[in-house]
Amino acid sequence: MTILIDEKTRIIVQGFTGKIGTFHAQEMIEYGSNVVGGVTPGKGGQTHLGLPVFNTVKEAVQQVGAEASIVFVPPAFAADSIMEAADAGIRYCVSITDGIPTQDMMTVKNFLRRFPKEERMMLTGPNCAGTISPGRSMLGIMPGHIYVRGNVGVVGRSGTLGYEAADQMRMLGIGISTSVGIGGDPIIGSSHLDVLEKLEHDPETKVALMIGEIGGPMEVDAGIFFKENMTKPLVAYIAGLTAPEGRRMGHAGAIISSAGESAAEKVETLKELGVVISPTPSLMGQTVAEVMAKL
Amino acid sequence: MNIHEYQAKEILAGYGVKTAEGGIAYSVEEAAQRAREIEGDVWVVKAQIHSGARGKAGGIKLCRSHNEVEAAAEELLGKTLVTHQSGPAGKLCSRVYIEAGTKIAKEIYLSFLIDRSTERVIMVGSAQGGMEIEALAQTNPEAIIKIYIEPAVGLQDFQARKMAFALGLDSSLLNHAVKTIKGCYRALRDLDANILEINPLVVTANNEIIALDAKMAFDENALYRRHKIAELRDNSQVDSREVAAAEVGLSYVGLDGDIGCMINGAGLAMATMDMIKLAGGEPANFLDVGGGASAERTEKAFRLVLADKNVKAMLVNIFAGINRCDWIAEGVVQAVKNIGMQVPLVVRLSGTNVEEGRKIIAESGMKIITADTLAEAAEKVVAARNQVVAQEG
Repeated sequence: MTILIDEKTRIIVQGFTGKIGTFHAQEMIEYGSNVVGGVTPGKGGQTHLGLPVFNTVKEAVQQVGAEASIVFVPPAFAADSIMEAADAGIRYCVSITDGIPTQDMMTVKNFLRRFPKEERMMLTGPNCAGTISPGRSMLGIMPGHIYVRGNVGVVGRSGTLGYEAADQMRMLGIGISTSVGIGGDPIIGSSHLDVLEKLEHDPETKVALMIGEIGGPMEVDAGIFFKENMTKPLVAYIAGLTAPEGRRMGHAGAIISSAGESAAEKVETLKELGVVISPTPSLMGQTVAEVMAKL
Repeated sequence: MNIHEYQAKEILAGYGVKTAEGGIAYSVEEAAQRAREIEGDVWVVKAQIHSGARGKAGGIKLCRSHNEVEAAAEELLGKTLVTHQSGPAGKLCSRVYIEAGTKIAKEIYLSFLIDRSTERVIMVGSAQGGMEIEALAQTNPEAIIKIYIEPAVGLQDFQARKMAFALGLDSSLLNHAVKTIKGCYRALRDLDANILEINPLVVTANNEIIALDAKMAFDENALYRRHKIAELRDNSQVDSREVAAAEVGLSYVGLDGDIGCMINGAGLAMATMDMIKLAGGEPANFLDVGGGASAERTEKAFRLVLADKNVKAMLVNIFAGINRCDWIAEGVVQAVKNIGMQVPLVVRLSGTNVEEGRKIIAESGMKIITADTLAEAAEKVVAARNQVVAQEG
């Protein structure tokens, strides 16, 4: 079992019958993910891609034993879909949707906190590429073929920069245990720290790679967690050295709005905490390889 | 999305927050008319630009006669003001706000914002108003009061009272203070604002609480449900390149360098710009073309990047995930053909169908420099840029 999903994990797609949901459901099935159905309110009882469509997540949990879900619902309705998944007893939810209002995510996080920790659904995203455990299951929109199975656990905010890292490692013959995209929004389901905590306890992960960026306190929080609690080495790259203050760099959360949020400051703090820094984005794979060689 | 001070004040007035009497003017004549409408013998003429620190930049004028109001409006209208928050290009002032002068007894600071660590709205106050809160946080952090608000129940009266007392407000002002504080919170929540800052909030000589300045910024992702707020957008306050990008649905940030960039994904875009900088160049822009970079979208992105006359070389870096390198390569070749590139172009493709993509570029007969890795792409584009600069002499 990997940290979040494996080949047995029973997956449903929320926003199943839409164009985007359909396309990525097909890609996931082709990859070998155990997709067992989907949810589109009002279309319950139909069959789509040879799989059952349900009106509610609860029905999907009861009838096909759904454990994980992936949300492709448009931004105006996505927060509601995430809360529905949590209420129905889904264990792990990935929200791909980009453009969810920040205050909606505040409501979602508050809703999730009402559950006792052991019953609380884990959420990653929104505005992320999803999660993949190479060779086992893909709960996301990434190009599966660039991910090779191995021992590096990856957590990152950005989709394509995560692909870049996976590709660099593949070229060097380094594989990945699980790669988790946590998303580029200001308020997200899980932080770098939440994922590192799981990777630390994952027997298949030997080294962790964190791909961060400007804005927010999350990377530094993860660095402190690393220093205090982790036995495995952590490599990090922080994007946005050239980003000016106060400007939103594509991701809604990628904005330097207070002290300590610039790439240079984060790199400095992480170094002090003992994190191995990849000095450039083209050296992420190389830096991981050097750390692996010392194990 | 930012709005002007006078717009924020209109919104806040609707939530029970008192402001001084005032009116907006687009011309000197209108400014004089507004001054005549407002009783009293002191007026303040305030440049309406999307930037703080206007006072120090000469954007706020105290006037003691209608003639002085006219002179101030004359000076400010059409002027580009450079403040330490506006960037070196400054912001064009095309409207001024004429406000009744206020006799100030006490200045305080009050703001509300969404705190990313606690995922809650945080209310920030300080009895030392008028100062920039960042400066105060450095010099005197204990003078800053922070109160976190539980999202499900909202701001409670006791929290508003706690803030009022901490700000040192007189008991006679308690009810008014609570009403003001709660009104601000409601405005932030009801309208999907990310930031609401009143600096200063003042107690007047008549013992009233008045918002003397007001700044509000809104969540772009929520504008679909805040039509009235969306109408307040003032594109004259935004880089024209960014306005053009938004019209075609591209995410673009104009910068001061001379290497144009087109990349898919925000994180990879920032990383590529970092590589350019490390290779000794300066990026001219941030541009995320997104996941489905069709030929049409690619051409629009090219036009946008090249519309910046500073651009001396361009770098395309695409990691094809959902889409394919061969499709992207075709889009790039078509864009180059249609536009007629005047500057060197470096293209780096990676991911799905990369070999087919590279082949299309190589066989296109176009002058396109190719690169296999991120580092190589950055080095080549900086070298190409340096060559252009050298030729220009």
